[in-house]
Amino acid sequence: MTAPLDVSGDELKATPESVAEGAGAKAIQGRSLGQIAWMRLKRDKVALTGAGVIIFLILVAVFAPLIVSWFGHPPNQFNQDQIDTMTMIPKGGSGISWDYLFGVEPVNGRDLFSRVVYGARISLLIAFLATLLSVFIGTVMGVIAGYFGGWVDMIISRLMDIFLAFPVLVFAMALVGVLGQFETQLEVKGDSLRILLLIFVIGFFNWGYIARIIRGQTLSLREREFVDAARSLGARGPYILFREILPNLIAPVLIYATLLIPTNVLFEAALSFLGVGIQPPTATWGGMLAAATKYYTVPHFMFFPGMAIFITVLAFNLFGDGLRDALDPKSGR
Amino acid sequence: MSESILSVQGLEKHFPVTKGLFKSQVGAVKAVDGISFDVRKGETLGLVGESGCGKTTTGRLITRLIEPTGGKITFEGHDITHMKQGKLRPLRRDMQMIFQDPYSSLNPRHTVGAIVGAPFRIQGIQTEQGIKKAVQDILELVGLNPEHYNRYPHEFSGGQRQRIGIARTLALKPKLIIADEPVSALDVSIQAQVVNLLEDLQNELDLTYVVIAHDLSVVRHISDRVAVMYLGKIVEVGERAGLYSAPMHPYTNALLSAVPIPDPKQREGRERIRLTGDVPSPLNPPPACRFHTRCWKAQEICKTQEPPLAELAPGHAVACHFPENAPSKTETPATVA
Ligand SMILES: Nc1ncnc2c1ncn2[C@@H]1O[C@H](COP(=O)(O)OP(=O)(O)OP(=O)(O)O)[C@@H](O)[C@H]1O
Ligand code: SF4
Ligand SMILES: [Mg+2]
Repeated sequence: MTAPLDVSGDELKATPESVAEGAGAKAIQGRSLGQIAWMRLKRDKVALTGAGVIIFLILVAVFAPLIVSWFGHPPNQFNQDQIDTMTMIPKGGSGISWDYLFGVEPVNGRDLFSRVVYGARISLLIAFLATLLSVFIGTVMGVIAGYFGGWVDMIISRLMDIFLAFPVLVFAMALVGVLGQFETQLEVKGDSLRILLLIFVIGFFNWGYIARIIRGQTLSLREREFVDAARSLGARGPYILFREILPNLIAPVLIYATLLIPTNVLFEAALSFLGVGIQPPTATWGGMLAAATKYYTVPHFMFFPGMAIFITVLAFNLFGDGLRDALDPKSGR
Repeated sequence: MSESILSVQGLEKHFPVTKGLFKSQVGAVKAVDGISFDVRKGETLGLVGESGCGKTTTGRLITRLIEPTGGKITFEGHDITHMKQGKLRPLRRDMQMIFQDPYSSLNPRHTVGAIVGAPFRIQGIQTEQGIKKAVQDILELVGLNPEHYNRYPHEFSGGQRQRIGIARTLALKPKLIIADEPVSALDVSIQAQVVNLLEDLQNELDLTYVVIAHDLSVVRHISDRVAVMYLGKIVEVGERAGLYSAPMHPYTNALLSAVPIPDPKQREGRERIRLTGDVPSPLNPPPACRFHTRCWKAQEICKTQEPPLAELAPGHAVACHFPENAPSKTETPATVA
């Protein structure tokens, strides 16, 4: 690597890796850290697999009606003809066939494939929006605490502690239970209200983690000399916050958002499992698992929603880890 | 030449040390503890001292990145000691700082063009042919390829990064530049290039420098005058020739003896002084002469009475009870006995 890159050409010995890589191309256009991270990510097969699965899941969720119309039956349709009327379990044990790819539920014979596919909608929708909410609150709170310090930091940090120590599950159960009463009283029906409520509960009580991380990052960024450089040029607070500090927070926000999504998928599943999530007959993975516990003689009932949760969580975690390695190689293995 | 551009009097910065939930103050780090010096237009003042003696703090005080706890700073006739940041803004164009660490002083998310162009944007300055052209001119001036405008800092070596930092300080055509250890983070082979660049720029652009360094060899070449700091105080200040050939303070002597001498003839007859012990903590500095814990000439008086910074030769001041190489007005008290 001795191609003269620089007209002054005097410090080639110390040329960093990335310049050396681009030497042949003689491209003057610089490569941002984001582009370099993308190149690293492209080489990470595991993370790419995770990303592929995530994209697949999103497509499934978005096109659920279409997929179900091609390969399944309406998710809430009873298919009594698939059920052995003596035992109430699916004919042949699971009912898996070309017509019913994942088999059918015991008793009422609903198509498991369609229900798993529709379950992806609820699961991903709630997980994504709840993550968005926590990331938004967490980033704003973290930046404010880290940047302003002093008593502002003190108050926000204590607030974080409170939220981190909060028994969210118990609270969620109580809140959703209370709302359940109102639902019947006000005759408000439908899932949208429940979905909004779940997004709020999961999102609002999870911002503490992100806030804590972002606060730490902001604190250390604030002490960096480039911030001093901007201040010595006469830059004001907003400039420093938005131009100097925020661009450096994009990577950690992305990483922790990706790693928070699977947690929220699990959280939603847990709430539905406990019966305080989305109510039947709407298909959710957690709800199906809960129903399946009563029929341990037909393991496929539990297997498919369980696998759906497992694969989703795994895919996001693998992708998130890969993203972290790519964006922040120092913290990696 | 003799008109002063910057004047510092009794400058102090005590960082409070707090403890506990209620942040009660339990002490203070006396990072800078009453220093005074003048910088004349067009000269280069070297500010030298060991790590932790308060050099960076001094630079940050002068550029008002931190608030002084005492003393007075006058820049071009303006008392800027406690001036409001808003009022200070226009003055900042005339005073810039080069930072110690070329890796942390450039925002990794900004291109070189954005970094060097930031001064124009922050100060809202219009340039004749656009900011890009102005930035490219400056890049060329500091020996960088102007076509690297769109590159990111991580694509450059340490020396090139420091040049980018220098380019940023030059954007607004300042009068005074505080260079905080501009080369200590760099390879020895590159240090000379950057120092030479600073020198060339000074001649070309009529700059005044305060160059901070932790050993005397770096600033020897570039300085007109040198001030030596120890634990937040200036212990000796003088013209370069006098200070290097006839250092008066034992600490300066010790620092000088650590500097390798290229000429073997001169090297003879000079013994190497080795400083023993660590630098005491600025949290609890030794009383009176702060150097007495490590000084081989220390006497009782050094522990009880602080030696004032006194001008013993024209333009050459020292704070020591028993200075060396002092022009013999009276023989130094140490040898009287
Ligand atoms: N913000 C701060 N809060 C508390 N103490 C500080 C702060 N900044 C600096 N200090 C202390 O002040 C003293 C002087 O620090 P300073 O950075 O000025 O030293 P320096 O001479 O520049 O050293 P170096 O050669 O390592 O850069 C040190 O003891 C340091 O720990
Ligand atoms: S005053 Fe005393 S202790 Fe201090 S430098 Fe001079 S001789 Fe040494
Ligand atoms: Mg320093």
